[in-house]
Amino acid sequence: MNEQPTIRLAVPQGVLAGEVIEIKVMIQHPMESGYRRGTLGERIPRNIIKFFRCSQEGETIFEAEFHPGVAANPLLTFHMLAERSGILDFEWTDQTGLRWSKQAELSVT
Amino acid sequence: MRLLTLAGLWLASVGVAAQGNEGSVISPKEQPVSGYRFLTPETRALQDDAFANPGYLWVAAGAKAYQTSHGSGSCVSCHGERGMVGVASRYPRFDEEAQTLLNLEGRINACRTKHQELSALAYESEELLALSSYVAEQSRGLRTQVNVSAEAAPWLEAGEAYFFQRRGQLNLACHQCHDQSWGKMLRGDRLSQGQPNAFPAYRLEWQSLGSLHRRLQNCETGVRAEPQALGSRAYLELELYLVWRSQGLALESPGVRR
Amino acid sequence: MNRNLPRRRFLQAAVALPASGLLSSAAADAEAGKRQVDQAVVDFFGADRRVRSGRVTVSVPAISENGYSVPLSVAVDSPMTAEDFVRRILVVSQSNPLPIIASFELGPRAGLAKMSTRIRLADSQRIYAIAEMHDGELWSGYGHSIVTLAACVI
Repeated sequence: MNEQPTIRLAVPQGVLAGEVIEIKVMIQHPMESGYRRGTLGERIPRNIIKFFRCSQEGETIFEAEFHPGVAANPLLTFHMLAERSGILDFEWTDQTGLRWSKQAELSVT
Repeated sequence: MRLLTLAGLWLASVGVAAQGNEGSVISPKEQPVSGYRFLTPETRALQDDAFANPGYLWVAAGAKAYQTSHGSGSCVSCHGERGMVGVASRYPRFDEEAQTLLNLEGRINACRTKHQELSALAYESEELLALSSYVAEQSRGLRTQVNVSAEAAPWLEAGEAYFFQRRGQLNLACHQCHDQSWGKMLRGDRLSQGQPNAFPAYRLEWQSLGSLHRRLQNCETGVRAEPQALGSRAYLELELYLVWRSQGLALESPGVRR
Repeated sequence: MNRNLPRRRFLQAAVALPASGLLSSAAADAEAGKRQVDQAVVDFFGADRRVRSGRVTVSVPAISENGYSVPLSVAVDSPMTAEDFVRRILVVSQSNPLPIIASFELGPRAGLAKMSTRIRLADSQRIYAIAEMHDGELWSGYGHSIVTLAACVI
């Protein structure tokens, strides 16, 4: 699966400097735990996203490390202190090092 | 003690479904109740949240596919931006050109093969789920307007017969649980009416979005019966009957179910 | 009176034995759960760290109708300034096969030490969140969810 999985972002508009905003992100991924068995009883191998990072022009805002206990199609809601306008970068890294990223513009007045 | 109190609170929260079901059970045809009413408040909130509802991941992929040029043109080039509004509420329907009953998935494939010079998409493939969930979402909130007259009638009759037929090692018919016993407890679950209005739906059990036919396969496995094939005639007939039986309910796709 | 005494003693003993077996099994589960959480804290934060109870709120539904997807919210009482902030948060399960569910790294740029996601629970249990402050202090809180099974087991 080399195609980018569907990623949805929710970044608020009309943000004032110094405001704490809520950001929501979701990525389509099975987060296969490695504990499930197929129809013939065979173990389905682990396949999970391991890391998530939100940054603004290189400065890390929020990071998460996922383990198999995180549900499939992981939704993440977190907060950010909005200081200035810029591009927000959202990046997910899976257990093999494969990366997917999406950007959103943050407009701060 | 705490366990009993919590369980009691949860049962109370299910509300509507619990009322008026001791003694004579009201027929779903007279009082259709969506599966939504049998969910915990958290799962209902998940369905209602346009961002958190994982089904929207497939809808987003479908919206993109709708715009993408393939073969001899994209969907949007013929149907326009708002072309799919109301479409899902008219399916399944007897298709004059194909001379057979088509559900939404069948109609999408008919479009692809006849008008776009593309191959049909496999049932339950990511691409077909994306397109069918996108089209179904465009009718969210609308009531079904399924047509069961003339050529569709024999399909409806066959679907109804399937619904009333006992099957499987547990020897149960859909009718027994979902007509006669809806609202009653089966282990820790409250039995629903088995309504189709939320499909394609994100089932927590699947950890993925899936079609009504996939859910029907799970129903059959539940009574230890051999499931039919996805897209089979038997399931198309049953789908028509279920949609006809659900009249009055609003479409909820992408629904969230357990 | 004297004739009944041995029988009464026998009945008392007969009731006491299975009852104590039940009690000790539930107690054993709770002990195992506590050990699992304690070990995860040591693995993540290092040994000999004092964990205080408080400042951390963990919200999970009282009843989860499917263990594959349980909404989880963690909030830590902290001003999140450059002088006083939350550095890391660890989310641990009492009885999942893998104790650590997720961990988060924050800083003053996060603004608020509040986040939510969806997790998997193998069965009914407590979920703990342990927050590490800027000065290394560890604070913890927990939530409990009862996980129910579907009626038709497929």
